[in-house]
Amino acid sequence: MSTVTSFRPGTRRNVELALLLLAITIVLMAYLNVGLAMDGKFPPDLVKYGFGLLVLSVGFHLVLRWRASYADPLMLPIATLLNGLGLVMIHRLDLAYGRTGNRLLEPKQLIWSALAMLIAAGVIIVLRDHRQLRRFTFTAMALGLGMLLLPLVPGIGRNINGSRIWIGIGPMSFQPGEVAKILLVIFFAGYLVQTRDVLSLVGRRFMGIGLPRAQDLGPILIAWLASLGVLVFEKDLGSSLLFFGVFVAMLYVATERRSWIAIGLLLFCAGSYVAYLLFGHVQQRVMLWLDPFNPAISDQVAKGLMGMAKGGLLGSGLGRGHPEITYFPESDFIVPSFGEEIGLIGLFALLLLYVLLVERGLRTALGVRDGFGKLLAVGLSFSMALQCFVVVGGVTRVIPLTGLTMPFLSYGGSSLLANWSLVAILLRISDQARRPLPDSEELATASAAHTQVVRTQ
Amino acid sequence: MNKPIRRLSFVVAVLFCTLLISTTWIQFVTAKSLDNRPGNRRTLLESYSRERGAILVDGKAIARSVPTKDEFKFVRTYPQAKLYSQVTGYYSFTYGAGGGLEGAEDPLLSGQSDKLFYRRVLDMVTGKTPSGASLELTINPKAQEAADKALGNQSGAVVALDPKTGAILAMVSHPQYDPSTLAGHEVKSVRKAWKELNADPGRPAVNRAIAGDLYPPGSTFKLITAAAALSSGKFTEESPIPGPATLDLPQTTTNLPTDDHQACGPGDKTTLTHALEISCNTAFGWLGLNLGGDALREQAAKFGFGDSLRVPMRVTSSTVPALNAPQSAQAAIGQYEVRATPLQMAMVSAAIANKGTVMKPYLVKDTRNSNLDVIDQSQPEQLSQAISPDIAAALTRMMITVVQSGTGTASQIPGIEVAGKTGTAQNVPGGAPHAWFTAFAPANDPKIAVAVVVEHGGNAGSEAFGGKVAAPIARAVIEAVLKP
Repeated sequence: MSTVTSFRPGTRRNVELALLLLAITIVLMAYLNVGLAMDGKFPPDLVKYGFGLLVLSVGFHLVLRWRASYADPLMLPIATLLNGLGLVMIHRLDLAYGRTGNRLLEPKQLIWSALAMLIAAGVIIVLRDHRQLRRFTFTAMALGLGMLLLPLVPGIGRNINGSRIWIGIGPMSFQPGEVAKILLVIFFAGYLVQTRDVLSLVGRRFMGIGLPRAQDLGPILIAWLASLGVLVFEKDLGSSLLFFGVFVAMLYVATERRSWIAIGLLLFCAGSYVAYLLFGHVQQRVMLWLDPFNPAISDQVAKGLMGMAKGGLLGSGLGRGHPEITYFPESDFIVPSFGEEIGLIGLFALLLLYVLLVERGLRTALGVRDGFGKLLAVGLSFSMALQCFVVVGGVTRVIPLTGLTMPFLSYGGSSLLANWSLVAILLRISDQARRPLPDSEELATASAAHTQVVRTQ
Repeated sequence: MNKPIRRLSFVVAVLFCTLLISTTWIQFVTAKSLDNRPGNRRTLLESYSRERGAILVDGKAIARSVPTKDEFKFVRTYPQAKLYSQVTGYYSFTYGAGGGLEGAEDPLLSGQSDKLFYRRVLDMVTGKTPSGASLELTINPKAQEAADKALGNQSGAVVALDPKTGAILAMVSHPQYDPSTLAGHEVKSVRKAWKELNADPGRPAVNRAIAGDLYPPGSTFKLITAAAALSSGKFTEESPIPGPATLDLPQTTTNLPTDDHQACGPGDKTTLTHALEISCNTAFGWLGLNLGGDALREQAAKFGFGDSLRVPMRVTSSTVPALNAPQSAQAAIGQYEVRATPLQMAMVSAAIANKGTVMKPYLVKDTRNSNLDVIDQSQPEQLSQAISPDIAAALTRMMITVVQSGTGTASQIPGIEVAGKTGTAQNVPGGAPHAWFTAFAPANDPKIAVAVVVEHGGNAGSEAFGGKVAAPIARAVIEAVLKP
């Protein structure tokens, strides 16, 4: 296999612009569809809405042209499309619930989208090279853990829907776990790139699998304990699963040792089982998973399933189903809402958008030359993939329902901020990965990374 | 590090493939069973927002959906309120469809039936809003109104059949209820109406004509005993049979008396015709002993006892249990544990009227699509041959004497020859008996067969004989159908 350095791509910014316009067109058609189906008339705010989305995303596109001209051309259109469709669904549910004024969710989501895109553009502008982030390895850890634990602080932590994963200051509430996700991935990448040699080379072989030394088990045990802590104290099954899964995946990528996966799975199973035995809320989730139609527990999952079933292959059409029957149809259960209205075919398309986004991220990880960049790109992409799996798997009964939000689609400011920033970092790394090498002053630093790539291949 | 990244990509692919499978499983493979789960609000909403087919009597809707402005788009109305309550049943957002045709023909009315598949495909292609099929009933509105009026405030039931086809001309069960109260969209008032309906001691939700606890048929069952006697070949209409004031029942200390504690004829002797005319208990008790329980059971089964019918509502089976000697004497006069629906007794009269052939009763004449084009028409169906035409003719003659000079004189109609049989059925010790009457007319060319039951003798109390209370109701229904 030839190394990626021989691949000289164009900037593909024009492709991005074309796709972006396509994405906005799709979103506006969906918005129009909702208006016609629910009110029977042309939605008057379509123009305003379309213009806002156009300005924001084309603005973002221009920032990319200016500061990251080799960035991946697919990520921005996909994120815009998902964000826009999420807005359409939230708007549709606003109409269904007859919300007005202050209680409308869609304008809030729109403001959060704008803010998230501005911050993401800011990340692109300020972060000239993703390797700068490596300097903040331990700061990221401290901040990440802090964010994770913030909801536990009395006074600002809030219990919402049985989970203590929110903080509230005045009327504002925020889910710091979403941002912690990115910070911890930065920390994992920085930490693993330093320690990978120890973790991957030392140890004994047992039955063909290289086992690490006992004293090297420290990091994985700490990660495990931390995620268990999240599970126990914040009752947040989803985040707990996500952190541990991403950590194990990154550990594996860093060390190429399959034994880490085995150890990780073992720890995960043991932890889950103990948690199941000890905690009522975990037992409840498992029972609801096994028997969603038991009226004694909750009909939360059942209502989502019935919605999806009613959608069938083709769906009822946007604005023509009844997603408002499901609980949390605009956040945790937004996927069943889409399943009901755009059908299995539409849902497949939606899932494939995520597949594409993750694939572009993994592609970036393959292409980028430095170990830190690789780990960071893998961690961010895999966290997106795992989050999709946990959310969609939860509502479709693959795994117990956990209560994470679907990236970009779900209602929630913190989720939007985090995921747009995540995409911004991926875009930054992809710019690095796709940029032709012998360029400017980067040559000196790049040569070190280059050697590394050759060695691992 | 690229090798593990590629491997991880594979893991990601597996994760997403799992999701593609799980969503397919829900939205395609098991979608239908999820749709049909009880309590699926979406399915209810869907059936509500589709125009449900109407139920028509003589072209006029007795149940139909009219557009509303709320989220359900349509509300079910019952223009005749109580008159057809047990026929239509109810269609409630909160409590589903049930209690009558609304429940029994729900797939057709809602448009979900496979029979309507072709229509549905057509609607989908042409972009027309799908709607349910309408049902035109066999009910004769004049007969229904007459039965309802004649029954008045008494508890009981009236069923009228066309003897030649089995078409149900009237089906009334008292007390009634107004299904509109359950069809509203305001949950609170619907819930209240539902509670009241179920708490009502008169149990208006029960269709007494075809279901409920059933009634002992009393002396109307003597028609079956007489049919069995004639069919046995041992007796003719004029055969002398014993008719003492009291019949000694073997193996027991109890005896079977006549109603007036008098012998049914001089020298304790009577004939079959006279015994039926005056409804002589001892003579029929003796016939029961003579013929045996099995012969009675067999004859009853030929008339439809023990069959499970759908008209299309499920009809509770009428029963004659296994009998020993004294029980067969009791059963021969319609007591002991013989139980019958009014529909079953109407079928007995109808079979006698129809030369011994029992026709399958049915309520739906035809099914129509939203353009009122007929898409399915009911054909009369033969159930069984209960008795030979000769025996049917003999029984007809006997039943005419009942009306002309026996217990059923109250059902006489000038100019129309009515054939009938009264019944007075003891049910609870000390309580007033149920009054029965079953008849058909005109005797020479029967157009209608009726069965009437008035619970606990209705307004006449314990003095009631079927002839006094039930026969005039039957007369009213027959008149409504036969008199222009």
